[in-house]
Amino acid sequence: MSGRVVLVTGGSRGIGLACARRFQALGDQVAVTYRTSPPAPSEGAGEPLLALRCDVAVPEDVEAAFSRLEAELGPAEVLVCSAGITDDGLLMRMSEERWHAVIETNLTGTFRVAKRAIGPMLKARRGRIVLISSAVAYLGNAGQANYAASKAGLVGFARSLAREVAGRSVTVNVVAPGLIDTDMLSALAEEHTAALLSRVPLARLGDAAEVAAAVEYLASAGAGYVTGSVLAVDGGLGMGH
Amino acid sequence: MADEATFDKFRSCAVEVLQVPAEKVVPEASFSGDLDADSLDLVEFVMALEEAFEITVDESELQGVETVGQAYELVTSKL
Ligand SMILES: NC(=O)c1ccc[n+]([C@@H]2O[C@H](COP(=O)([O-])OP(=O)(O)OC[C@H]3O[C@@H](n4cnc5c(N)ncnc54)[C@H](OP(=O)(O)O)[C@@H]3O)[C@@H](O)[C@H]2O)c1
Repeated sequence: MSGRVVLVTGGSRGIGLACARRFQALGDQVAVTYRTSPPAPSEGAGEPLLALRCDVAVPEDVEAAFSRLEAELGPAEVLVCSAGITDDGLLMRMSEERWHAVIETNLTGTFRVAKRAIGPMLKARRGRIVLISSAVAYLGNAGQANYAASKAGLVGFARSLAREVAGRSVTVNVVAPGLIDTDMLSALAEEHTAALLSRVPLARLGDAAEVAAAVEYLASAGAGYVTGSVLAVDGGLGMGH
Repeated sequence: MADEATFDKFRSCAVEVLQVPAEKVVPEASFSGDLDADSLDLVEFVMALEEAFEITVDESELQGVETVGQAYELVTSKL
């Protein structure tokens, strides 16, 4: 077997799954984590992905997933953190629970996974970490204070980690998608999506595969001199921010 | 328990993690100067020692530890 060992969290659906398929098409050995159910086998998708059950909000799950990954494929050389949730509501009505749940999965979950992945990367003196943030991190979005805070937090986290591990040729970058056509978007009220879409210069939703292409680039050999950057894939919504 | 075998084990951790020749791992060697180790190297080194000796080292205990001898003393004090 050849190719890099790639781990994608939140790889059961949406953007994470699109990334996993992309790496698989490149010949990499790909594992995905899922929380509820493993990715559905899709036609012509080639080899099944190694599916690891893991709720990133549970430290023991993260450890178990990495142990199995390392036993079956070896240590992760590329890590993509796409596991994420929304739980929207205006701040006045936002409970502590909703705040914590989103921060816990999106920000603390990413901290947990990246922390576990980084040791073997430092030892190998190479590695790529790509975090999936959001255009909302910079723009803010009414009703998404918890989500936007978690996604902005990822940028500061990524840039700090990028500095810590740069001396070992490990890069850490962020992709900030805009409106991407996945289950997460379908959960949003239709008029809300329409209002956001009216602000997108390219005037359409993005495809998960278009986000995966950006992730593929940041994980590629050609991106060896790129670290701490945020790559927007948002149809121009944030004009690069 | 500070015998030769213990130091050997300590030294092989240093050789492996810090990628330095064994003969440079002497008590008076300083990590930053003589062994050219940066802060990340030291974190990795401490983690390797924790695993090899089955000890835990608190962040605060590392303050002021600058030489091989000091680090070795810290390890043996926990055995
Ligand atoms: N879609 C967009 O417009 C958009 C825009 C900007 C950013 N993003 C970000 O892109 C990432 C992927 O979103 P998506 O659109 O692909 O969403 P999605 O289709 O809802 O998929 C979310 C993925 O995250 C996993 N997940 C959620 N909570 C988890 C947890 N606690 N532990 C482990 N896995 C967990 C889900 O697993 P299960 O299948 O088991 O639930 C699923 O695989 C998210 O971080 C999201 O914030 C999306």
